[in-house]
Amino acid sequence: MIYDIEYETMPREALEAIQIRRLQTTLQRVYTSVPFYRNKFQEANITPSDIKTLADLQRLPFTTKQDLRDNYPFNMFAVPMDTVVRIHASSGTTGKPTVVGYTARDVATWSTLMARALTAGGAGRGDIVHNAYGYGIFTGGLGVHYGAERLGASVIPVSGGNTKRQVVIMRDFKPTIITSTPSYALHLAEAAEEMGVGPESLSFKFGIFGAEPWSEQMRREIERKLDIKAMDIYGLSEVMGPGVAIECHEARNGLHIFEDHFIPEIVDPNTLEPLPYGETGELVFTSLTKEAFPVIRYRTRDITCLNPEPCICGRSHIRMHRVTGRSDDMLIIRGVNVFPSQIESVLMEIEEVEPHYQLVVDRHDNLDVLSVKVEVSERGFSDEVRGLQKLERRISKNIKELLGVSAEVKLVEPKTIQRSEGKAVRVVDNRQI
Amino acid sequence: MQQVEQISVFLENKSGRLSEVTAILSEAKVNIRALALADTSDFGVLRLIVDDTEKARKALKNNGFTVGKTNVVAVAVADRPGGLHEILMLLHSAKINVEYMYAFVRSSGDSAVMIFRFEKNQEAIELIQANGIRIIDGDQLYAL
Repeated sequence: MIYDIEYETMPREALEAIQIRRLQTTLQRVYTSVPFYRNKFQEANITPSDIKTLADLQRLPFTTKQDLRDNYPFNMFAVPMDTVVRIHASSGTTGKPTVVGYTARDVATWSTLMARALTAGGAGRGDIVHNAYGYGIFTGGLGVHYGAERLGASVIPVSGGNTKRQVVIMRDFKPTIITSTPSYALHLAEAAEEMGVGPESLSFKFGIFGAEPWSEQMRREIERKLDIKAMDIYGLSEVMGPGVAIECHEARNGLHIFEDHFIPEIVDPNTLEPLPYGETGELVFTSLTKEAFPVIRYRTRDITCLNPEPCICGRSHIRMHRVTGRSDDMLIIRGVNVFPSQIESVLMEIEEVEPHYQLVVDRHDNLDVLSVKVEVSERGFSDEVRGLQKLERRISKNIKELLGVSAEVKLVEPKTIQRSEGKAVRVVDNRQI
Repeated sequence: MQQVEQISVFLENKSGRLSEVTAILSEAKVNIRALALADTSDFGVLRLIVDDTEKARKALKNNGFTVGKTNVVAVAVADRPGGLHEILMLLHSAKINVEYMYAFVRSSGDSAVMIFRFEKNQEAIELIQANGIRIIDGDQLYAL
């Protein structure tokens, strides 16, 4: 099924005509309303009217997460605050979150795109959506929620956590679609099994999973354990939230990017030169219809490639390969973005430890487990075990408060954190994804 | 000096770490007079009383260990049933908490020697002495 036949299957030529028109409108908007963009364009000696074709997009400067942080909280908004109806945020690199805003029309667009995504993933009217993405300032929960309502499906806003209650709901309410992070889906499947609720007592047909990297192997495991077809969804709050791209259940070979609303590019993360279709590099997005928070050539740091081949599902929109990595050191832990520098900022504020640390990420029972090794210093050393344990708990609490993820803190001896060429190895990711 | 200097060393729970400490001290010709190990699942704190605190501290620090220095109190405990109990009751009634304690390897005359770390070392010393119990000072102890 296709939610929006006209736009989703539009011939390339017509689609590109819409893109250039919308791009010009967006450029005018940011040039007039966002000092950051106006300055950047002026520095590059470009005005919106210089951008006459889609190829001209490459002349525009990039926008980075650092730029968003520098304009914290609302300086990237292109509309007056009294037209902003929703604010979301995601974690930033040093503790400041990246704040994004939506007008009523933005929320409506997002809902429509998410409805398209759910449809591509196999959902329709009459389906019951078990939405186990976290509700709150994170875009996952509400993004999927609004899309499901737009589609006319029934949503269970179950959010994350309270796994046993979720299993009871899955068994009794008989939801037909599940949406969550892939690791939580596996966790739910295992909890259900332990409670004696096998796939035969569940009614799921499809699952739509995203917000963290996952592998084909993990997909097969989810499919086997829940007896469903699992689809990959992509999105990020800076660009909109979930529903920027989705796999169609017909082909399940790459995620269709909703090109009538976003222009994707792939660039070499080192030279920033655009790369041709099929080559792997960093994904860059320009939004075409967003009012409150337009982005121009936003560097996602996600590594992927684009495939322009027509798809058997009938959609004309280009497909991106599943994200295979990052061009920075960001980790995604239980759907939460974590930068090593954030952990560092927590440690800097604690006098008793050195900012020598290592993050170790494991996956136990399909859930990400973050442990933080910190070198103990003489200042913080106490001859009482209790004092040291208290210090560990304090660090752990500060990390949880800043990042929203639980971390197990382990004090280690000085100079024991592995260093390579004098530089400490900050991250050890043992997850097989 | 009535209190006794104790050094403490942070140790990860890894095999061989303790013997590295003893090797360093042996090489530095430092004699261990008393020791106790407190541990959790991932780390431990080794507490030591040695004949030359400063030498031991330097040697361990030069080998990359985190070393702390704490003052503790050595108390001569009557070597008979109830000897330790009397002291603990005394402290309890004066509301002085014992952070930790361990036994000294050697005895002193007809008394056993216990090492205490109190919440308030000085108060504890005054209380114990006022009750006719002997405190063994640093110089005496290192030489025992």
